[in-house]
Amino acid sequence: MAIVVKRPKLKWWEQLYIPGIISGMRVTLGHFFKIVSGRKKVTMQYPEEKWDESLPEHYRGAPALVKDEQDRERCVACQLCEFICPPRAITIKPEEIPSDDKWAKVEKRPKAFDIDMIRCIYCGLCEEVCPEQAIYLRKDYAITGTSRAEMVHDKKKLYEIGGVRVGLVNKWNELK
Amino acid sequence: MDWHIIIAASVKIVVFVFLVTLPLVAMSVWAERRVSAAIQDRVGPNRVGPAGLLQAVADGIKFLLKEDFTPDHVRKGYFWLAPALVMVPALMTSAVLPFGSSLFGEKMVIADLDVGPLFVFAVASLSVYGIVLAGWASNSKYPFLGGVRSTSQMISYEISLGLSVVPLIMIYGELNLSSIVQYQAENGWALLPLWGEGLSVKGFLLTIPVLISFIVFMTSMFAETNRLPFDLPECETELVAGYHTEYSSMKFALFFLGEYAAMIIGSGLAVTLFLGGWSLPFGWLTPESADAAVPWWHGLIHIGTFFAKVIALILFFIVIRWTLPRFRYDQLMRLGWVFFFEIALFNVVLTALLMWWLA
Amino acid sequence: MTFLFYIFAALALVGGIGVVVNRNPVSAAFAMIVSFLGLAALFIQLDAYLVGVLQILVYAGAIMVLFIFIIMLLDVRVEENRRFPFFGALCTGGVAAAFAALLLVVLNRSEVGAATLPALAATEGPGSSDVHRIGELLFSQYWFPIQVVGILLLVATIGVVVLSKKELK
Repeated sequence: MAIVVKRPKLKWWEQLYIPGIISGMRVTLGHFFKIVSGRKKVTMQYPEEKWDESLPEHYRGAPALVKDEQDRERCVACQLCEFICPPRAITIKPEEIPSDDKWAKVEKRPKAFDIDMIRCIYCGLCEEVCPEQAIYLRKDYAITGTSRAEMVHDKKKLYEIGGVRVGLVNKWNELK
Repeated sequence: MDWHIIIAASVKIVVFVFLVTLPLVAMSVWAERRVSAAIQDRVGPNRVGPAGLLQAVADGIKFLLKEDFTPDHVRKGYFWLAPALVMVPALMTSAVLPFGSSLFGEKMVIADLDVGPLFVFAVASLSVYGIVLAGWASNSKYPFLGGVRSTSQMISYEISLGLSVVPLIMIYGELNLSSIVQYQAENGWALLPLWGEGLSVKGFLLTIPVLISFIVFMTSMFAETNRLPFDLPECETELVAGYHTEYSSMKFALFFLGEYAAMIIGSGLAVTLFLGGWSLPFGWLTPESADAAVPWWHGLIHIGTFFAKVIALILFFIVIRWTLPRFRYDQLMRLGWVFFFEIALFNVVLTALLMWWLA
Repeated sequence: MTFLFYIFAALALVGGIGVVVNRNPVSAAFAMIVSFLGLAALFIQLDAYLVGVLQILVYAGAIMVLFIFIIMLLDVRVEENRRFPFFGALCTGGVAAAFAALLLVVLNRSEVGAATLPALAATEGPGSSDVHRIGELLFSQYWFPIQVVGILLLVATIGVVVLSKKELK
């Protein structure tokens, strides 16, 4: 159905256009002075001001591997995260734990664990799928590097970001 | 012609054009970005130097370092000539603007011509060729449409621009810009006749045509410099980037800076004709005559006053740009031919009648 | 400052030759603008600022813009493809050379060429700029021709409006 848009009949001073310009300039200059005088603040000056303290609890930043309270790497190299990872950012090379090791009964551990941070989409599926709660998404968001190789987080780097996480999975702990 | 004149003129050209106007062009780009940011509740460029003041330098370096790409299908010679043709007339017009009274006995105007405003209009009217040539030489449709639009727009508004100045010339009885400023310094600015001979019934009545002139002049100036309410030649929504679509690197920068240079010179002309040029209000520090020597610090104050007024007008240009939406093309032509042309003509008659009645 | 005269005279001549020689109409039009600019500079050298500036303002700034506007819109390509008319060029060149020779001879022989113009009136003091003087002349001695020209232009304007309206129907 066609709608006839009724054009408003302008008064003569409205047709002059100049009052319109003046009221328009009142709006723009109002914004201008509010910003210039600092009464209104809408932008954060990023590298100087950071929003780390206001990050939400569920924020998904860089994924990282964690160790448990006994300094055992939690990852058992089951490779579930590697399979579920949608952009295939994770590459794991498993390795058998030698029988003279303290944790020989765990049987497997990752020899190499690489996450390509150029590919990672921070979806958090790896964290969700991990049966050992070994991989977590941390709150680090400024992942930068000057080369592609630098953007691949290897095992050492992942443990460095992750650190120690206590609790939850106790099945390997003989004391409990 | 002795060497004194040549050296003085060269020093004035170098200082006024290259050391003042060009940095002012760069600064007005910065001002445009900061003011538009503030109007839109943003921050704007604030990283390079204090408050981002050196952003212009960074921009310049970026423009110089970018690839200077010439497409294969363009008419090369004209394509290369066009950006210069935009920039050169804009800077050439600054030759007749008096940017100060005098300093060390030297008149602060590069060429003290007796046909000041006419010279400005004549040279400014040449800058349309840069845009036309850019549009035509680019040999592609959007630049061509931009060039055609620009041509018709500039021809249309040149008429009302020229006619809007006629009443002022009638009031001053003078075409020499230095003398015009001197007259305003003694008898009140054209828009603010509050001292000298301006403080009379005649002076107040004559502000009516002057105000009309001012509105027509400023609007036509917006159209002539392709500033926003009338930036149809480069209107992004319809023409990509208009006449400079095919340009890159420093050649694009010349178009970009040419627009700002034209804006500065236009503001300078408006200040000279309507707002008393370098003179301070209420006749303070007014020299005896246009040729009289003044103490050097008076001269410096006058130069400062001129540029303060010019900068204020540039800010006005910028705020208008971020306030008003773009006109439709037929509205633009209608405004130029049906309203401003007639108003400017009527204004000439009105001024003549007023001057005859009050004489 | 005679070398300036030679520079600008050469500019005007080169522009003029460019108009004739260029096959592309837009290039020819631009050459014409160059010629006008050289001419304007010559006027200004003769202290005829108003005439020089009007030359730029009216011819280079307004009329030629319209010319180029139309040429660009029409996109004339006939000229570009035409073969160079050798015989025609020869004839035209001959006529031009003969005319130039005639002019040289006449101006050298007659007194007109030898006579110098009388010196201009006072060029100093108020009201002495050429704008003032031209204005005074136009509105005193030549006011009637000015009115006639004005009416002629008005008639022409009305004629154009009528003609273009008719075409629209």
